[in-house]
Amino acid sequence: MHAESSLGGLHARIDRGRLVRGLMLAVPIAFLGVFFVYPVASIVGRGLTPGGSLDFSPLADVVTDAQFRGVAWFTIWQATVSTALTVLVALPGAYVFARYEFRGKRLVRAAVLVPFVLPTVVVGSAFLAVLGDGGPLGFLGLDQSLAAILVAHVFFNYAVVVLIVGGLWAHLDPRQEDAARVLGAGRWQTFRSVTLPSLRPAIAAAAAIVFLFDFTSFGVILILGGPGYSTLETEIYRQTVQFLHLPQAAALSIVQMAAVVVVLLVAGRAQGRRAEALRLRAVAETSRRPRTLGERAMVGINLAVIAVLLGGPIAVLVERSFDTAGGYGLGFYRALSELRRTSTIFVPPVEAVRNSLVFAAAATIIALVIGGLAAFAIAGPHRSPRSAGLDTLLLLPLGVSAVTIGFGFLIALDKPPFDLRASPVLIPIAHALVAAPFVARVLIPVLRSIDQRLRDTAAVLGASPGRVWREIDLPIVARALLVAAGFAFAISLGEFGATIFIARPDYPTLPVVIFRLLGQPGTLNFGAAMAASVILMAVTAVAIFAIERFRFADIGEF
Amino acid sequence: MRRFHALALTLSLLAAAAIVAGPVSASASAPRSSGNTTITLMSHDSFAASKKVMREFTKKTGVTVKVLPSGDAGAAVNQAILTKSNPLGDVFFGIDNTLLSRGLDAGIFVPYKSPELANISKDIQLDPRHRVTPVDTGDVCVNFDRKYFADKNLTVPQTLDDLAKPEYKGLLVVENPATSSPGLAFLLATVSKFGPDGWRSYWDKLRDNGVKVVDGWEQAYNTEFSGSAGKGDYPLVVSYATSPPAEVVNANPQPDQPPTGALLDTCFRQIEFVGIMKGTTHEKAAKQLVDFMLSDRFQQDMPLQMYVFPARDGTKLPSVFVKYAKVAPSPFSLPPEEIAKNRDQWIDQWTSTVLR
Repeated sequence: MHAESSLGGLHARIDRGRLVRGLMLAVPIAFLGVFFVYPVASIVGRGLTPGGSLDFSPLADVVTDAQFRGVAWFTIWQATVSTALTVLVALPGAYVFARYEFRGKRLVRAAVLVPFVLPTVVVGSAFLAVLGDGGPLGFLGLDQSLAAILVAHVFFNYAVVVLIVGGLWAHLDPRQEDAARVLGAGRWQTFRSVTLPSLRPAIAAAAAIVFLFDFTSFGVILILGGPGYSTLETEIYRQTVQFLHLPQAAALSIVQMAAVVVVLLVAGRAQGRRAEALRLRAVAETSRRPRTLGERAMVGINLAVIAVLLGGPIAVLVERSFDTAGGYGLGFYRALSELRRTSTIFVPPVEAVRNSLVFAAAATIIALVIGGLAAFAIAGPHRSPRSAGLDTLLLLPLGVSAVTIGFGFLIALDKPPFDLRASPVLIPIAHALVAAPFVARVLIPVLRSIDQRLRDTAAVLGASPGRVWREIDLPIVARALLVAAGFAFAISLGEFGATIFIARPDYPTLPVVIFRLLGQPGTLNFGAAMAASVILMAVTAVAIFAIERFRFADIGEF
Repeated sequence: MRRFHALALTLSLLAAAAIVAGPVSASASAPRSSGNTTITLMSHDSFAASKKVMREFTKKTGVTVKVLPSGDAGAAVNQAILTKSNPLGDVFFGIDNTLLSRGLDAGIFVPYKSPELANISKDIQLDPRHRVTPVDTGDVCVNFDRKYFADKNLTVPQTLDDLAKPEYKGLLVVENPATSSPGLAFLLATVSKFGPDGWRSYWDKLRDNGVKVVDGWEQAYNTEFSGSAGKGDYPLVVSYATSPPAEVVNANPQPDQPPTGALLDTCFRQIEFVGIMKGTTHEKAAKQLVDFMLSDRFQQDMPLQMYVFPARDGTKLPSVFVKYAKVAPSPFSLPPEEIAKNRDQWIDQWTSTVLR
């Protein structure tokens, strides 16, 4: 009798689960529908109906054009190579963060996200200081080269792989590897047959994001590659922003989206099929201090990679921000609150920091809600087989040109209830479009790894769905949520996505201040821009560090 | 349960941050005093004016001006065209002669003949129907690093032809005209000088002489140019005739001589216009703003705010401009219609000549 009534209760819960699942799907779909699909469809539609009726000839022209095919091929090619390099360089880093404890680990973890927020034009000047003809590595001839593009892509995306893959890795039970070793498997064999299969969903998730960033990267191509290189993204920018050739831009956008969808389907397949329940352990149980010489060398080498690859350009920026005409000093920092003080273009630095933080907080909340709900719909206990489409839809904003989205906002969101064109609300929304897929990608591999039988058992034993979520899912997901929140915050601080292309009165953020300073001649302007960049880095590191701290309440401690 | 609370706390702290800051921002954007008109001035990102001058305008007319920076000059004009059925602003500042025809053809402006036009030279009044009004001018010229040429004991080049000479090999950095407004202006200077048939062979020579092309002005001037902050490797750069005075003003300590100079025989004249946007519901206030921008008060304020020359005849220039900003005696120029007709084609041809 008792068992029967429990089963009846279980059925009722499953029905409620269906409702919950419906709601979980509805919110992200509505958000993406209004703020992504509708604007993009509007601008592409405008491009395809130049005379009022549908005209696909620009699409045909573009696809059959040999030069264009070269551009498309180069876009995919450079993104693939950049992604592979990033994974190769960052995977050992993920391992070190997951398995070893060392002094300053938390600080380094927060610091690896710093490159992520820096404006490309600022990083570009630091890279050129090193790689340019007169720089210490000038003899390599990397200035305006493919190699410069690849190195910059690794620089910007290192954190993506380290944090997403490392997040899952830290939960993997090292005893499985130990067992394999005891049974006679070599290090490499153990990694290939035990560790790698478990990590595959996280690697696929991270690689998909890095690929999309590289695929749509804009500043890196133009500034570090130089004008000799063009990608779909830079062509869309030229056709839209400079020429206003909407038909060509629409054709290019369609090709870009088609390519992205194909890539996502392939990646989704790799990720979905391999996902399996894992035996997850608390972080404290899986990491320890390096003991042997080999282990110490492993940690040391990875920290050295971080120091050179990420630390190098950052050090150049920091040095420049203090290097005033009268020797090292705070002159450029003072100039931030003095330069053009009486002008309408002046922004008190404190206000810029505040605006940046407020937008980042708002964007993080939106992204956590949208990305979190989507992740649970896709991979949570009530997952739906049809939610795979949502998975792809959610990632699509990363693979669609920020120009297309930004100009789409202008013509689509111009009527009530969404008359948001010049509204500050649009800014965190645009950031959240980029950040939400991150949140989902960070959460999905972890959610998938939770053994469904654990939830079922809890349910049979009488736990309510809310209690199941609190007791089983949340502790495991909490840590990933913090990583996701950190990413979302950084994405917004760095002003990713369409906000660069939308008008924005009244609320200048730190990156806006940096651009304004760089826009005028004079050593003081340039130095102050470097100082503002350093402040942006510091704000980022502190914010991420603070978010990461929550793992020391018992929430992130699993 | 404690875990759940910790997470809830994190999120609510973030939410609180947004809410606390929210009303602050909201009040900042609301019109200060009721009854007054607020109009939106759409512009490129470089628009600037003294706060004091703008306050005077509000005091005099009761009209508050909200500035809407919308990207670089090209992006701002294109956004205005894209949204013309539901305009983003009431007045547009900063469409220049390289973009003018595109804006006029798209019909984004309504005519207004300001009484202040009497004080503005006829030469720069390019639209006979007064849909736009000239408000400032600026010369895009090659700039040079004084120290480099002095140290090398090298004669400073003077003309466009000089730049293709072997003694200046590998010294010039320019902006891509496809992505940069000064880059386009410099391309137009060469088209104006060498004609529609000759400019490509000039660029062939520049290319053989090692001209470096970068994406935008920021990179060219701040990073590649040796005469300013970035201490790059190129002593010649395409910038503005007003960059040398900016190097004096924006330095600490301020030098007696600008470290750079402009080559006045390489200049293309840009004329910036202001226009009332079609569809505005504040036409009277918009006209008042246009008049104000042409007034002596605003025109005197412009040079040190945007590093441009006032359009109004007889405007008193700040002393750094008198001392260090040179005006090209006979700059290159092209009719806006010709630019509009050929611009995209020239850029394509330039791309295949120089980059491929």
